[in-house]
Amino acid sequence: MASDQIRNKGVNVTDHDLTFRSLSEVLQNNITPYIALLEAKDCPGIKNLMQKLMGQLMNCYIDVDSSEDEDYVQVSHNRIRCSMTSLINWYEHVTKKPDSETPSKKRTSSSRHWQSPPVVVVFKDMESFSTKVLQDFIVISSQHIHELPLVLIFGIATSPMIIHSLLPHFVSSLLCIELFQSLSCKDHLSTIIDKLLLRASFPFKLGEKVLQVLINIFLYHDFSVQNFIKGFQLCIVEHFCSQPVSVLCCQLVDAKKRADSLSHDQCENIRKLPSFRRYVESQVSEKQIALLTVDTYLKEITQKLLEDLHVYHENYLSVLRCLHVFTSFLPKYPLGKQIRELYCACLENQVWETEEYESSLQLARMLNKSDLVTMLQQCVEIFVSSSGKEFDNTVEKLKEFLTQFQKLEEEAFQEQDVSVSSQKELQKKTDLYHLQKTLLELKESRRSKKLTKFEMLRFEVVDYIDSLVRNYLVPANHKTLHEIMYFNTASVLREHLNAAPRIALHTALNNPYRYLKNQALKSDEGSISNKAPDICIVYKLHLECGRLINLVDWLEAFSTVVMGAEGPNADAASSDQVDDIIHARFIRAVSELELLGFIKPSKQKTDHVARLTWGGC
Amino acid sequence: MPNLEHPAYPAATLLHLESLVPCRESQVSMLLSIFGERQQFSFPSIFIYGHTSSGKTYVMQTLLNTLQLPHVFVNCVEYFTSRLLLEEILMQLQSCCSEREQTSHVHCDTFNDFVRLFKQAVVSRELEDQTLYIVLDRAEQLREMEANILPAFLRLQELTDRNVTVVLLSEIVWELFRPSIGCFEPFTLYFPDYSIGHLQKILSQNHPPEYSADFYAAYINILLGVFYMVCRDLKELQHLAALNFSKYCEPVVRGEANERDTRKLWKNIEPHLKKAMHTVYLREISSRAGENEKNVYNSDLKFGCSEKVLGLSAHTHVELPYYSKFLLIAAYLASYNPVRTDKRFFLKHHGKIRKTNFMKKHEKTSNHLLGPKPFPLDRLLAILYSIVDNRVAPTANIFSQITSLVTLQLLSMVGHNDQLDGPRYKCTVSLDFIRAIAR
Repeated sequence: MASDQIRNKGVNVTDHDLTFRSLSEVLQNNITPYIALLEAKDCPGIKNLMQKLMGQLMNCYIDVDSSEDEDYVQVSHNRIRCSMTSLINWYEHVTKKPDSETPSKKRTSSSRHWQSPPVVVVFKDMESFSTKVLQDFIVISSQHIHELPLVLIFGIATSPMIIHSLLPHFVSSLLCIELFQSLSCKDHLSTIIDKLLLRASFPFKLGEKVLQVLINIFLYHDFSVQNFIKGFQLCIVEHFCSQPVSVLCCQLVDAKKRADSLSHDQCENIRKLPSFRRYVESQVSEKQIALLTVDTYLKEITQKLLEDLHVYHENYLSVLRCLHVFTSFLPKYPLGKQIRELYCACLENQVWETEEYESSLQLARMLNKSDLVTMLQQCVEIFVSSSGKEFDNTVEKLKEFLTQFQKLEEEAFQEQDVSVSSQKELQKKTDLYHLQKTLLELKESRRSKKLTKFEMLRFEVVDYIDSLVRNYLVPANHKTLHEIMYFNTASVLREHLNAAPRIALHTALNNPYRYLKNQALKSDEGSISNKAPDICIVYKLHLECGRLINLVDWLEAFSTVVMGAEGPNADAASSDQVDDIIHARFIRAVSELELLGFIKPSKQKTDHVARLTWGGC
Repeated sequence: MPNLEHPAYPAATLLHLESLVPCRESQVSMLLSIFGERQQFSFPSIFIYGHTSSGKTYVMQTLLNTLQLPHVFVNCVEYFTSRLLLEEILMQLQSCCSEREQTSHVHCDTFNDFVRLFKQAVVSRELEDQTLYIVLDRAEQLREMEANILPAFLRLQELTDRNVTVVLLSEIVWELFRPSIGCFEPFTLYFPDYSIGHLQKILSQNHPPEYSADFYAAYINILLGVFYMVCRDLKELQHLAALNFSKYCEPVVRGEANERDTRKLWKNIEPHLKKAMHTVYLREISSRAGENEKNVYNSDLKFGCSEKVLGLSAHTHVELPYYSKFLLIAAYLASYNPVRTDKRFFLKHHGKIRKTNFMKKHEKTSNHLLGPKPFPLDRLLAILYSIVDNRVAPTANIFSQITSLVTLQLLSMVGHNDQLDGPRYKCTVSLDFIRAIAR
């Protein structure tokens, strides 16, 4: 019986490779040296599968051993009979061998591997394998399971039910299935954002728009953590290439040193930063002059500002986490469930001015005590572990809240007694007037009870958190010199990552000036310039047609446009017969369009071609 | 019960053989009478068919082994090309009678070579005086090989002029084998399915030594009562019996019931069997059997992510990116709605609620029975643009999602046209799946 494991994972393909590579590494180190990774595209038939499998297994042996064993090299070079028997022979040979082997070579593998290590075969993309190949392979290997301990690992991107839809009963009953599920890719994204962006130690930061673009690509398109990281790397490259002051984007100690040694030009660059200008404007006039003219003073101030920025980040992140603790407890998550959503919201603008923040505060004022206490405890933990120095008071304050809550609990017992006694009073009265009176009194007391100690304390807590948020979660673009740390040009990123082939093709054909930069091609929208390349003319003409295009009409229109170039003097020479050269040019342009996939020959009507795209003029 | 009788073999062997093949006595005696004595020429080819796990392979193997007839046993699935198959037969033939002699590799590309080499082998192994049996298991695979293989095997006796009998084992009837040009008709033998009585008898035979046969038979009786309706596969039943027996014994082991206390035992086992009903044929280790194994694996494989182990059926949910979901929904709509209704459904100036209601009703009447229809890429995109609220740029990301949906087998490409030539797709997922996604 072939034993068998399954990993269930997201849809993106790029990450799978990485996962499987690390998986096979782990297996190789801990369990077995015999691992084969198979992909569907390599195995259209059982024969190819066996060839691939044997190739990988036998080579892997050579890799592990690395001593140039003569007969092994020969075996791998010879045409091996690719059948299970030769595989079994190989396995027997290999597993027997280590005893006679010199121990120095084998120090790592033999100690950790089992006596007869299983052969692991990984099917990377089970969905794409053809059913027959899988079936045959499982049937064959199940017959030799005693001689060849085999573990199959299937990588499944969709649901594990696919096993049963791919394999008939008589095959699946040969398996012994165990299921492993990897974490969802959203969790991986959260980890990456947490470790990369929400750390003060890492100076480079993403602006709100850029982060949004990256997250959107992830969530909307590919679920690929690797692509996210690539996008992030692109941001880093772009930032350091395009922003001259990014020199200062480094650890604080280095940044101060660098700020000290700035050249005059670099100082000018700093002065040009919009955030710096704002800062200058807010200063008194003599300082303004000093900032704008004296380099040394500027450097001094810059160092101070950089330090401010650093402290700001440290505080920012702690308070952000703290706020996240609160918002993630609220029903319906007005500020988002994940910390990344909250981070985006806070980066975008002053978060306390948004409606969502308002509503989440409202909800926070209605939390019950146990939730509130756990949240406060979490916040205390966050602040204690944070590197910011200003939080000693905050921690004190939060702890004070906690003790007050504890006191409340004790008092609550007494209060209960009071209310019980008042109700007892109520039961005693029989007079209608008195009853009404007491009821009113009770109502009154309840209303006032709304503001009893717990309520008051709750308000206090929420207000305190609010004040923290207002103090520390100022959006980064309000900070001076934020341009040094933050990469904000989302448009560049979008251009690079969201390739739009159709749109690019359309612009190229519709408006050749955009790519060719030839002044002669600069023309108004709509009109067809005869100086444009032939294919552009043909393309523009074809936009005006319906689904089927008459080639003769098209040719005539083309020749009219092209003849327009020669001017009216050429008009006399040309008869109604189209010039051969123009005809040839036309045919070439049309076949180029066909190659690009805009048209195809149609069998519905003679001398017509069919359009494959819709839209146009 | 017909006792096996044959003059050529000692009675003790026959008796032993009979105990090994319960409920197949008539077939075995039939085979024995066809085989005749060792040196007698037998029928050139025998075709044995019967449903899955009706004991074809097992009976053949035990018969040939217990009577020590010279034979070659080959599985046609394993040797998937004719070359491999023929070489394997020759290899086995070489090592057949001579014990542990180094078998040299033989090259055999065509059937002509095979016949030549086969003759040599038979001579060198001194097998001329007795019938050699070549058993081809899963013989339906022979049909996929070259056209000459099957007819040639059927008249191998005639071609080689040696005392040889070819036995074909298959799950399908002979009529599906018969090539159009005609061939030698083999002797066909049918192995009928085991009846419930047979199953009872066979399953009861291998009772564990620490319990009495009656006790085990009672257990098998309960097991068959539950599972016979859904599963008559002997192998699967054996697996189920082994899986659940420890549970059945629990009360006895704990001393709460004795072996005769059937009622109590039934009460105990019933919920387990019901649970097992859901996983017949699925072989999920996670359910029960591999509790220990699992721990071993988990402690061995510690890579970054923690793994949850749950039953297969618990994971029907599929995670897809936002636009992939919409693409899939659009594909589903395109597959099950006729083209002419697109305008009505997806143009802006129609009440949305009325639209969907109408659509559902329409689908249920006819289109779901007809299955998905292919649609061109452009239509898919047009529907996508109309069902997604905000604007979608036709970026490369969208297009690559379509191909990744195809590799996940949620969509399938129809026709093998050029990609440029307006590819057409089909949506292969069910309404339930789409509903789950659309939620």
